[in-house]
Amino acid sequence: MRFGILVFPGTWSDTDCYHQVKTVLGQEADYVWHRQKSLAGYDCLIVPGGFSYGDYLRAGALARFAPVMEALAGFAERGGTVVGICNGFQVLCEAGLLPGALMRNAHLEYRCQWTNLRTERTDTPFTSRCRPAQALRIPVSHGEGNYYADEATLNRLEDNGQVLFRYCDDAGQANEAANPNGSARNIAGILNDKGNVLGMMPHPERSCEPLLGSEDGNLIFLSLIDHLA
Amino acid sequence: MPVSKEILDEIALSQAEYDMIVDRLDREPNSVELGMFGALWSEHCGYKHSRPLLRFFPSRSPRVLSQSGAENAGAVDIGDGLAVVFKVESHNHPSAVEPLQGAATGVGGIVRDILAMGARPIALLNSLRFGPPDSSHNRHLFQGVVEGISWYGNCIGVPDVAGEIYFDQSYSHNPLVNAMCVGLVSSDRLASAAAGRSGSVLLLVGADTGRDGIHGASGLASRTFEEEQELRPTVQVGNPFLEKVLIESCLEALETGFVTGIQDLGAAGLTSAAIESAYRGRRGIILDIAQVHRRESGMTGYEVMLSESQERMLLVTSPEHVADVRQVFDKWDVPCREIGHVIRDPQAHILDGDQGIAQLPIKHLTEAPRYRLKGQPSREQLERQQLNIKDISLPDPGVGDILLKLLASPNIASKRSVYRQYDHQVQTNTVAGPGGDAAVLRIKGTKKAVALTIDCNSRYCYLDPYRGGQIVVAEACRNLSCVGAEPLALTDCLNFGNPERPEIYYQLEWCVRGMARACRVLGVPVVSGNVSLYNESQGQAIYPTPIVGGLGLLEDVSQRTGSAFTEAGLTVFMLGQSNLQARSSDLAGSELQKEIYGMVSGRPAIDLALEQRVQVFCRRAIQQGIVASAHDCAEGGLAVALAESCIPNDVGFRAGRALSRLPSRWDCSYFGERQSRIVVSTRPEQAQQLRTLALEARVPLMELGSTGGSTFRLGGSADIPLTAIAEAWEGGLERALGGAAWTG
Repeated sequence: MRFGILVFPGTWSDTDCYHQVKTVLGQEADYVWHRQKSLAGYDCLIVPGGFSYGDYLRAGALARFAPVMEALAGFAERGGTVVGICNGFQVLCEAGLLPGALMRNAHLEYRCQWTNLRTERTDTPFTSRCRPAQALRIPVSHGEGNYYADEATLNRLEDNGQVLFRYCDDAGQANEAANPNGSARNIAGILNDKGNVLGMMPHPERSCEPLLGSEDGNLIFLSLIDHLA
Repeated sequence: MPVSKEILDEIALSQAEYDMIVDRLDREPNSVELGMFGALWSEHCGYKHSRPLLRFFPSRSPRVLSQSGAENAGAVDIGDGLAVVFKVESHNHPSAVEPLQGAATGVGGIVRDILAMGARPIALLNSLRFGPPDSSHNRHLFQGVVEGISWYGNCIGVPDVAGEIYFDQSYSHNPLVNAMCVGLVSSDRLASAAAGRSGSVLLLVGADTGRDGIHGASGLASRTFEEEQELRPTVQVGNPFLEKVLIESCLEALETGFVTGIQDLGAAGLTSAAIESAYRGRRGIILDIAQVHRRESGMTGYEVMLSESQERMLLVTSPEHVADVRQVFDKWDVPCREIGHVIRDPQAHILDGDQGIAQLPIKHLTEAPRYRLKGQPSREQLERQQLNIKDISLPDPGVGDILLKLLASPNIASKRSVYRQYDHQVQTNTVAGPGGDAAVLRIKGTKKAVALTIDCNSRYCYLDPYRGGQIVVAEACRNLSCVGAEPLALTDCLNFGNPERPEIYYQLEWCVRGMARACRVLGVPVVSGNVSLYNESQGQAIYPTPIVGGLGLLEDVSQRTGSAFTEAGLTVFMLGQSNLQARSSDLAGSELQKEIYGMVSGRPAIDLALEQRVQVFCRRAIQQGIVASAHDCAEGGLAVALAESCIPNDVGFRAGRALSRLPSRWDCSYFGERQSRIVVSTRPEQAQQLRTLALEARVPLMELGSTGGSTFRLGGSADIPLTAIAEAWEGGLERALGGAAWTG
């Protein structure tokens, strides 16, 4: 299958995502420049991490206006699978493809550290390879990953099963101590209501080889490959 | 035009230097020309006081691809057609004035040095020094610097993989911010900073030129200053987003094969970039500053030539390929302007439209005067070397109390609360990140990895510059050896006070001599470096602080170790010493001496031949797979090294028979900082093999005990729960800073 990896000026996880899907998982992959208007031929689009256009205004606030985003919205509308990672999650929220927003971390500091993510559902295109409630070891690296939505939206997300990953401790408990940024209800990753767009703050592309400390991030892409095969 | 003292002071030139300029030119320089001389003859650019000393360093080895000083950074062959490029540089004075922007632009500057070698930046390291954290001003500096590094480094997507932070009174008004960058490039694509053929075109790419940073090189970096607030406008402001697109666009432009030279605009901005490129290519240049894209209107020629606006690069290409190169920058929306060209005659012609504003022979500008100063140790220097442990009675607190106190001291305590603010994983090469003896980065497409460290104990250098200099180099190499990497090369940043004072020049000279001696014994060249002098205020100089960055190579990334005990039941040895006898030199400059006895005195010692044997042995044992962990004994000595090995995996330690009796000078035996020692653990069935190999290699060793349990037990003298050990070490820095720990 063929992955398209979006590149905005300031994106820096593009090469890491490329390494994971191409070198580690042996799939086809291309970089997709932010000015590109056609996304024909891709099975899955990845919106990677970084600081698109510097993110001086607000993370993802400018990237949503990039020409490629209109094409991406159409791709998602037609049911194409999209994974937004870190800045990509922020961009998808800003673009209205996912509900809620990513605020500055509650402690006001940037955080780069390993986290555990409890898999809340395994019947999605992104998690079919995971065990129920499996804790994935995947790191975060962000200054604005504090997921926020109003209570009604959060309840709707929970009711619709759109909360896919929650920060949890080693025992699988989603408690305050395991929350690296103050996220509402320990949310680390959510789906759109149709279930084909995933946004997550942690970086699955950083846990793709044992040498890097974990290969749990591959489960997300292996699930996608199964789904689209 | 007789020049006033005020003008000379502003550009840090002496009257004698001015007379020398008039002599060389056979006329008075105009103000633009004088400004250019001031910048290029500054200590920061011209190394006028330090160059004679830098010659002491060995700079060659079969792996070294660059000639020292000839390019922006040192390049080292790591095989497989790949070269690693690296350099450390200071941004001390700007950080003292404006810590966030000072530190941020320090990172940006060193990254562009690496970019100027044609290499992709793959790692950042930093070495920081502050005054004691109990002062609010020092905390302000600390927080600003950390935030600046985090802000800039995270945005550009280069992992910050290792560093060190120390606090000492001597840095109270002179914090040190040294940033190191490491790059990777195909050996055959190493770029040059030389201007190339005459007729070649000079392209200025990146940020608009503004009024920021004027006199940065001459004013901030090359003299002492009392009123830091006055100098705030000379600090540059960074734009990490532009740096990121500058990295990508320059690398893409280099890919075209049409870029024949590339140079960053750092200290002294366009002046030094253009003049040094011309000098390296033995050519001249014609620059038209009317073509320079600017941030503001009304800038004078003087300001354009001396602006230190960040995120700018100078590229050289042939006239027929300007369009190809420009196309790349257009794609990235990075401004790219043709500002001049290379000429055969080695002169610099600076024009503003059709009006000439400066005309100078290149060599007059680049050949700064050299001063051979004379050093003389101060009387205090000799007095503070007096120390005999017989004159010091054992401390009141016991082993356990001292251990907990040292683990919590800000110099020893975990720096996790700092480095978790830095992205240390982006680019997915980080096999071992911050917190160990050295970081390990795998090289994609090979079995190899590079090891990186940055290190300096300035207290030792203060007590004995020659021995301290040796120890700095030995310890950097030891850090690399502890992860199993062979040290290949070093970079250094010499941070000292005012060299015109004999006692400071003495420190500088003997530190360099000591470092050079250790380099020769350990077989590592110094391939790049930087000098930061005049780090003093109110007559008080910083401790001599020659920071060393080390590059090591692991042929096989699977043959590496970490510093942490991995499991219970391992046998623990100390390499480098076969007993617990104590000497006065073990106490000299130690954290024990400072924290518990409230003194800094004596002379630290090192035996470089032993050091070399210990390191070679450690690396061999790691390669042979008989060592499960290895950790350098550094600040806090043996007991702290053991405790630090226990904490990460929550594995306890029980002292064996040899440690059952308290040594007579247990303070020095357990907490003294004798050099050339490494704590290793091994599986019991391999312990005999380790002993045999050590005997063959003439490396003394001592069995200390075994791993296991949930406490740290040192004979009958201490049995401390690991939770208490971990709490002291992990929370020490935040407690010292007076902040509440975030338990995320």
